[in-house]
Amino acid sequence: MPHKKHTLLQEFLKGIWKENPILISLLGLCPALAVTVSAENGLAMGLAATFVVVSSSIIVSILRKIIPPQVRIASFIVIIATFVTIADRFLAAYYPDISSNLGPFIPLIIVNCMILGRQEAFASKNNILRSFLDAVGVGIGFTLVLVVLGGVREILGSGTIFGIEIMWSSFHPWAVMILPPGAFLALGLMIGASNWLNELGEKK
Amino acid sequence: MEEKSKTTNVKPKKKDPRAKLKKPNRIPMLLKSSPHLRSDYSIEKIMRGVLLALLPTTVLGVIFFGWYALLMIFVGIVSCVLTELIFNLVSGKKFKLTDGTSVLTGLLLVLTLPPSFPIPGVILGSVVAIFVGKMIFGGLGYNIFNPALLGRAFLQASYPVKMTTWTLPKYVGADAITGATPLGLFKFEHIMTNIKPLILGNIGGTIGETSALVILIGGIFILIKKYADWRIPLSYIGTVFILGGLFWLINPAQYPNPFFHIFAGGLMLGAFFMATDMVTSPITTKGSWIFGIGAGIVLITIRLLGGLPEGVMYSIIFMNGLVPLINRYTRPKVFGEVKK
Repeated sequence: MPHKKHTLLQEFLKGIWKENPILISLLGLCPALAVTVSAENGLAMGLAATFVVVSSSIIVSILRKIIPPQVRIASFIVIIATFVTIADRFLAAYYPDISSNLGPFIPLIIVNCMILGRQEAFASKNNILRSFLDAVGVGIGFTLVLVVLGGVREILGSGTIFGIEIMWSSFHPWAVMILPPGAFLALGLMIGASNWLNELGEKK
Repeated sequence: MEEKSKTTNVKPKKKDPRAKLKKPNRIPMLLKSSPHLRSDYSIEKIMRGVLLALLPTTVLGVIFFGWYALLMIFVGIVSCVLTELIFNLVSGKKFKLTDGTSVLTGLLLVLTLPPSFPIPGVILGSVVAIFVGKMIFGGLGYNIFNPALLGRAFLQASYPVKMTTWTLPKYVGADAITGATPLGLFKFEHIMTNIKPLILGNIGGTIGETSALVILIGGIFILIKKYADWRIPLSYIGTVFILGGLFWLINPAQYPNPFFHIFAGGLMLGAFFMATDMVTSPITTKGSWIFGIGAGIVLITIRLLGGLPEGVMYSIIFMNGLVPLINRYTRPKVFGEVKK
């Protein structure tokens, strides 16, 4: 995938909207659907994944000429797993509540295709600066979607945002929104809305 | 807008003054694909007929459950029509105020709600039914699931307690204000309800499901008028009757008799008015039989072996999801086609 036309700024920005990992590439949907019962969970998952994708993109980019192509996927996974372990232990030590909320989904970042996809498609073919910018952009895009998705589901499903009550007192939370169907509904509507916005943008 | 009209209109150059007229007048030559054989059926006509068939049920629901039920029905219909209107306005499609389908969706949704359900919940269910259940799939004709049932499923998952709080009809007697439905009574307390109140409707239940007799009258009306495929209700209710009967024959002490199965709960309403929805039921004859039998099997499974007292909604939604597959595998042979 040659990226000759992209400036550094574009490299950074594309992950946030134009090539958003969730809304456009539909990668990393498993954590996006499973843990976003609250904005806080979404933020924690997003930041953890951002840390992993940025760190492993840098390492993979440094090592891109040393890693033999035959075993590149395995090598990427080992590098990603290292950083996932760091993130997992860090959360368990400093934020035990969040760690227990996210449960197995932190270790599962290892097999998050959004992260492996960045290594395979970008970091292994580009220099460190570009890989770094790309990873930060993708990480921010991922985090934003997770926070919005978690926020929407939290507001409608429990009437709060980041744990603060915001809906009027007679509001009955829609329990379905914090159940699995709510995740699919909310994500589907978000993807639909982003496509709609893109279409509107193209028309103008 | 300019671009769009170029691709869709027949005469792109000038604004045709006749554009506001009906289509056939505007197009000078008719080149149409089949079917060429016309009948006087139209969406509006069918919807009027089905609404008329639901009138007795609706009236009886209001008599049984009071003016609040009428308010719920009104709110449900208005929210459904408004949701469709707003969606059409925002998406810039050509539209009429309503072709009657969203009125029917709103009415059916409210008829499947408990009589004391809060008004904000009715609005929520209606919006979900039309927006998620119909419009985002592409509007009428493109939806996979019955919109009214989808709205109800959303409410069921959102307000599990309110969806199972039943106010009994005014005439049940003495002090009873809330109580269980016959199916709930049977499932959780193992109390059988007699068949007679099930037929007449003097029992707990949703606004529209209590009287099997009145639903049957409307149901037979739409079958005679051919607004619905008679195979679906027949195979659905028949399967429930036969399977329920088998269970009853094996162990009459534990399982209710088949008449209880077909008259209790929402089976009549679901079988005549929801399973037969033209958009979400199979288009082939053989497919209709499969659809009805499948829904019957799912329903009996939920009622007798599952955790819920009632399963009409889930059985129909489940079979709705299989309709594209059923249509594909029951496609009739094209004339002259050789079987492989």
